[in-house]
Amino acid sequence: MPGPFFFLLTGRHSVSQAATASPPPPTRAARGAGNLGDTIFEWACRGAGIFVLLLLGAIIVELFIAGLPAFRAFGLGFITSTDWDPVQEVFGAGVSIYGTIVTALLSIVLAVPLAFGIAFYLTELAPVWLRRPVGTAIELLAAVPSIIYGMWGFFVIVPAFATHIQPTLIDTLGEVPGVGFLFQGAPFGTGIFTASFILAIMILPFIAATMRDVFEQVPPVYKESAYGLGATTWEVMKGVVIPYTRVSVVGGIMLGLGRALGETMAVTFVIGNANRISTSLFGPGNTIASLVALEFGESQEGSLKLASLLALGFILFVLSFVVLATSRYLLRSRLKA
Amino acid sequence: MNRRSILLGAGAALILPAFGARAQGGQITGAGATFPNPVYQKWAEAARSAINVQVNYQSVGSGAGINQIRNRTVDFGATDAPLNAQQLTDGNLLQFPTVMGSLVAIVNIPGIENDQLKLTGPILADIYLGKITRWNDPRIVAINAGVNLPNLAIAPAYRADGSGTTFVWASYLADVSEEWKTRVGVGTSVRFPAGTGARGNEGVAGTVRQVRGAIGYVENAYAITNRLVTTQIQNKDGNFVKPEHETFMAAAGAADWSVPGFAANIVNTPGAKSWPIVAPTFILLPTNPTDAARSANVRRFFDWAFKDGDRLAQELEYIPLPQATKDAVRAAWSRQFGA
Repeated sequence: MPGPFFFLLTGRHSVSQAATASPPPPTRAARGAGNLGDTIFEWACRGAGIFVLLLLGAIIVELFIAGLPAFRAFGLGFITSTDWDPVQEVFGAGVSIYGTIVTALLSIVLAVPLAFGIAFYLTELAPVWLRRPVGTAIELLAAVPSIIYGMWGFFVIVPAFATHIQPTLIDTLGEVPGVGFLFQGAPFGTGIFTASFILAIMILPFIAATMRDVFEQVPPVYKESAYGLGATTWEVMKGVVIPYTRVSVVGGIMLGLGRALGETMAVTFVIGNANRISTSLFGPGNTIASLVALEFGESQEGSLKLASLLALGFILFVLSFVVLATSRYLLRSRLKA
Repeated sequence: MNRRSILLGAGAALILPAFGARAQGGQITGAGATFPNPVYQKWAEAARSAINVQVNYQSVGSGAGINQIRNRTVDFGATDAPLNAQQLTDGNLLQFPTVMGSLVAIVNIPGIENDQLKLTGPILADIYLGKITRWNDPRIVAINAGVNLPNLAIAPAYRADGSGTTFVWASYLADVSEEWKTRVGVGTSVRFPAGTGARGNEGVAGTVRQVRGAIGYVENAYAITNRLVTTQIQNKDGNFVKPEHETFMAAAGAADWSVPGFAANIVNTPGAKSWPIVAPTFILLPTNPTDAARSANVRRFFDWAFKDGDRLAQELEYIPLPQATKDAVRAAWSRQFGA
């Protein structure tokens, strides 16, 4: 249907023509009625800005108040206790905090080298015609809904891990003294490691895109001087680009970490959802977000369980806030530019 | 079927004037248990033309359903785990069962066919307690003469989300194992000592299908539609029974419904043919409804379901209530709300 589309194009074209052809707008003083409009607009925008702050504050306060019964009942031990027994009404956040932090960190360990390779390739090595398609593909990864990653993980990655990768690793690395305990256990396919793997793919685009952007901002004159001194591509990367962008790169990694901490659906599908801390990376565990998502539907109003879930939400909020605040702080020079 | 619905429609048209104003344009909302959701949706669809009641049911989970009916944001709540008498009085709620379902154990063991493996309640409890860890455990081999059981690790899978299914499963294990009762207990989510959790029936079924040596529990309807490998289980009378219509009905008939709130315990009922893991699901109806007409429509809907909904329920592998129980529910309605 080219008709309406064509019309739209020509319509917009004529509007822009009209705009450029019209005389310059009168000055502010010349239009008395404009002042009121300006004031209303200014206050509307200010209201919108303050509204966000109020909303954020209200969420934090509300989560804290709703979670207060849990903090009262279990004290600070709520954060360290690894007990989660809905029948006895004993709740502790230890296992899920552990799972949240371990999966997030492990996913960073897996994603950062790959993201660095992508950014390095795109800014220094790739032929110019290839940079845009590969860059777009990376950014599109960020647009895949997390439920898709969850289903893909459950139906494709989990069976592959259960039948090939985990048995191999258990038989080889599991026998190595010292680190062997990390790779033991039954090959369920699910578990902490699988969750970290899926998370790594999910946060890859954020880290890779940030790295690529900051690598591109290195002034060419620095790089050219280094090349002029006879440095190789890798030496330029190591000696010029990375030192110049170090802080922003860390900021980008923190951005990915923030995303990994709060991810819910994809993790729930593959983490095994058990309230135990197992020493093996292949053992099941859970994260704050997955536990809240799973238990919310079956917690009654006014119950200690609901309070504990909301307290968990509060803890996750604080965790993510700290990580994102750090990333903003480290990225501040780039955000200003 | 078409002729039947036309007849029903004609019948409804004749009856409608008798009900007067309250029967017209009936719209009711309900929320709660996920377990009976398929049959409630089917009933809702059929009831719209049959008795002109529009039911909007949201399967948000039993706990959320209880919350919503306590706050009166819906006309009826639905729960798999029954409330006790005290909770019913506090919430001004009337509780009644609508339909029953059964749970089956599903396994993934190479070479084991459908309904071939025999298991007992205590063995299931010890598997889920993490005490029996291999399929060639002497206790399993002893009752499965002639079955070639491999030396394979048992991987128990359970529902990670709080669910009525877990409530029924845990009730059964607590009934057959003293250790389960004291160490784990009964609830919509419990602290499983062993195994891995998956989300929803489909998650448990998927885990069992993918992991060699896995065992799980799902609703029977789910096992049938997905052609999962089920097992025989020993019932209270000591017989090994297969999960089939006959054994489900035997269990339903043996239940004692004369408890407050119809909170019948029908796991592990006696009877030579009784399937040991059968459970009803419940509706919660306010005894002090804010809108009497809507409350009446809820009762009309379930009255119709008791009368004409059995076939639809059975098509979905649910078990209809025995006639005596239906009559008892209707009697409870008249006691509470008048005729």
